[in-house]
Amino acid sequence: MSLEYKASELMTINAARLLRDGDVVFVGVGLPNLACNLARRTHAPNLVMIYEAGVIGAQPSRLPLSIGDPTLVSGSLSVCSMYDIFAFYLQRGNVDVGFLGGAQIDRFGNINATVIGDYHHPKVRLPGSGGSMEIAAWASRCYVITPHQKRRFPERVDFRTSAGFLGGRAEREAAGLRGAGPQAVVTDLGILEPDENGELILTALHPGVSVEQARANTGWDLKVAASLRETERITAMELSILREELDPQGIYL
Amino acid sequence: MPSDKLMSLSEAVARFVQDGDLVYVAGFTHMIPFAAGHEIIRQRRKNLVLARATPDLIYDQMVAAGCARKIIFSYMGNPGVGSLRIVRAALEAGALEWEEYSHFGMISRLQAGATGLPFMPMNPTAAGDLERFNPNHRTVTDPYSGKPVVVVPALKPDVAIVHVQRADNQGNSQIWGIIGEQKEAAFASNRVIVTAEEIVDEAIIRSDPNRTLIPGFIVDAVCHVPYCSHPSYTQGYYDRDNAFYLEWDQISQTAQGVQAYLEEWVYGVPDRAAYWEKLGEEVHARLKVGSRPSTVVDYGQY
Repeated sequence: MSLEYKASELMTINAARLLRDGDVVFVGVGLPNLACNLARRTHAPNLVMIYEAGVIGAQPSRLPLSIGDPTLVSGSLSVCSMYDIFAFYLQRGNVDVGFLGGAQIDRFGNINATVIGDYHHPKVRLPGSGGSMEIAAWASRCYVITPHQKRRFPERVDFRTSAGFLGGRAEREAAGLRGAGPQAVVTDLGILEPDENGELILTALHPGVSVEQARANTGWDLKVAASLRETERITAMELSILREELDPQGIYL
Repeated sequence: MPSDKLMSLSEAVARFVQDGDLVYVAGFTHMIPFAAGHEIIRQRRKNLVLARATPDLIYDQMVAAGCARKIIFSYMGNPGVGSLRIVRAALEAGALEWEEYSHFGMISRLQAGATGLPFMPMNPTAAGDLERFNPNHRTVTDPYSGKPVVVVPALKPDVAIVHVQRADNQGNSQIWGIIGEQKEAAFASNRVIVTAEEIVDEAIIRSDPNRTLIPGFIVDAVCHVPYCSHPSYTQGYYDRDNAFYLEWDQISQTAQGVQAYLEEWVYGVPDRAAYWEKLGEEVHARLKVGSRPSTVVDYGQY
């Protein structure tokens, strides 16, 4: 019998599986936080969680509801200033994985978290960069978790808050950025990964989802990888850790 | 030693925050001195330039109260909730000037201000658009490697307001938990107001000197303000009021809701003690935290 689950659970579990044991991860609140804590409780017990508020090696004993939740501090390995976290940890190259989010992500993985419409006369003003401009440039690998909707996946973003592959992989390489850029976009339909040109293509579908669905919900002519696979079915254990231990009140799930 | 720095928060704001000032109210999620924001609103300061990495509810409220002409920020949201409605609406309506950075750009500006440098270099991120729209970002050539670096100018606020767990009456201030940008904001600014959960003897400060982030000699005013940071929090003293952060999302949906809030909780109370009392026992109990002390370290007797 197959398990029943929500789109948020499906995305979180698939994101968790991308993390490797020993990774140093720059964690955001919400689903990335759940994904990291799930990975730490399953296949990646030595994951080091860093929060942009300046906490290193957090072991939150409750669900953090903001990036600066006090539960991140108590029992952590270290707490440092905001300058230190961005300079010593991120800019210096000590972060393996960063999670990014935004209102729009384009064909080459560039992300807009700043504005819809004209910058000086915003139609919708979004929160802005926060840490994402530097995470996207300097973390070794970046991941994005987002619902798969056409308006979120335009051909070009209105504003480039953080760099994906810019106009293509060669352009990012020429810019000399330390990080390898976005490595996977996990959606409720499947997973997009960059091809040799840095273009996001469909590399995996969740069980029961069709290529047509993914293409219809993408704002560019989405290519499909020759090696298209189906994501592994989610397990009862993954679901129970998420629901019973990590987010029992269903705040993010 | 007697101190002429120890004063009420209302006296500190009256003396050290002037109309038109560039103000940095410090604290990254943690220890945001809301009581000081409320006092500035009560004293009806105008035309302030409000700088903070995360404007948070404190600047949303100050903008709603008409204190600001401009905002400088790097992440404009209600942390953990969503949109920061008042500031967002003001930007969308063109009713408030703004200047925007990434977190690293913002904190680099403070770092330059705090260390007496004219600017701070950062490795380029190649994203480009923020640098293009905010010309305070410049690209210069690293004189050693010949590669480009992005620079941002020093931020030198007229006044910083910093909340701390404990300070002595000279302003020697100790902080633990998330230390954000409190130290940098204090050193970068011309005037410094410290609010403290507790005023302690100098001997307590001297028993743990590594924990002192701000020396008294750069501090102008020391104010004893318990519960100063609610609905933000003070590590080890009280929890973040996440329920209020959610409630503000509702309150701030209408201008009437915001004005009613300001009337009741800002203009309607004389100070933070009255505000805390008014919150009531249920909120006090909800925000109580259990104990988890550090192990004492031994500095040695020399």
